[in-house]
Amino acid sequence: MKPLKLFALITVLVTGFLLMYGVNDMPNLGSNLSPASMHVSPYYIQHSEEDTNAPNFVSAVLADYRGFDTLFETTVIFCAGMVCMMLLRENKQ
Amino acid sequence: MEFILSKFNYLMYIAMMMIGFYAMIAKHNLVKKVIGMNIFQAAIILFYISIGAKKGATIPILEGGEHHAISPESIQVAHYINPLPHVLMLTAIVVGVSVTGVALALIILIYRRYKTIEEDEILRRLS
Amino acid sequence: MIKRYDNLIIEFFCRIIAAPVFLFGVYIIFHGEASPGGGFQGGVILGAGYIMLAIAYGIDFTLKRLREKVILFLSCFGVFIYGGIGAACILWQGNFLDYGKLPLPLTHANAIRGIGIMGVEIGVGLTVMGVMVSIYYDLIVAGGVQPEIKGE
Repeated sequence: MKPLKLFALITVLVTGFLLMYGVNDMPNLGSNLSPASMHVSPYYIQHSEEDTNAPNFVSAVLADYRGFDTLFETTVIFCAGMVCMMLLRENKQ
Repeated sequence: MEFILSKFNYLMYIAMMMIGFYAMIAKHNLVKKVIGMNIFQAAIILFYISIGAKKGATIPILEGGEHHAISPESIQVAHYINPLPHVLMLTAIVVGVSVTGVALALIILIYRRYKTIEEDEILRRLS
Repeated sequence: MIKRYDNLIIEFFCRIIAAPVFLFGVYIIFHGEASPGGGFQGGVILGAGYIMLAIAYGIDFTLKRLREKVILFLSCFGVFIYGGIGAACILWQGNFLDYGKLPLPLTHANAIRGIGIMGVEIGVGLTVMGVMVSIYYDLIVAGGVQPEIKGE
């Protein structure tokens, strides 16, 4: 095997083993008491319908509670389209 | 054994991340490196979404028809999964698509200039 | 030289399936509040429907019908709709992107926020569709194949 591929294989195995060892501290799959579901998420689930009149919690959080982030998200994908246009189109004159 | 059974989703997604990582480092073709980056990004997104799952819960859309008459305290939080990882990962997917588009455009420009897309030949012509 | 009838089956089926795909994309954008969906998802489906037509019929056919300038204008218009709704909320003494202050005559107290969410998702969907088709055009046309368009 060539030296680059051997070095890459050893690096990947060491990194994978270290990450799997560090997974010990994370919450179990499907637990209700994980820290991700404790602080602001119950407020969004309970008050989303009376604040925004939209039954879908994901759309209400994305477009109303955090609408500023979505505005600049749209700008990011617009900039990607502009960059592709600038790199690849030639002047036909 | 308990460790593998209770946290197997994290272990699966770490394995997928390492496959993408190996493809980004060890392959010589530029398009295969971009594919490795896509595999890595997909594994990270699935990892985050699996954090928000709850046992026995349903999708994060309010059930029932008469939704004007429901008071906030009568909605059980444990009945719906956490909507926040889904919201954050929509942004991550859009960023991944943008980076893939720009990377493919740059590969086309490299091909026009050097007439090859193998990395070791490009390095040989540069030096 | 590729003959005209080499992919007759593909052209026939893509012509039939394209209209339901566009209708499905618009349905997902408009029902983003009450069922799974939203702006990003519907925009990707609309863009994918158009790319399916471009793959089946060839790039010259679709480039004559939806030019690059029109697609670019569509994606700019989407960002403008989003920023425009946010700026219109300032005219009626609200904060930026505060949908509750727009003067629409609706009965329920917070139904105006629902209409604001729908308008914002339409803008996002238009931008995502425009950028998907625009990136596809750039990767195919500027890779060396010159399309034959009569005039500009």
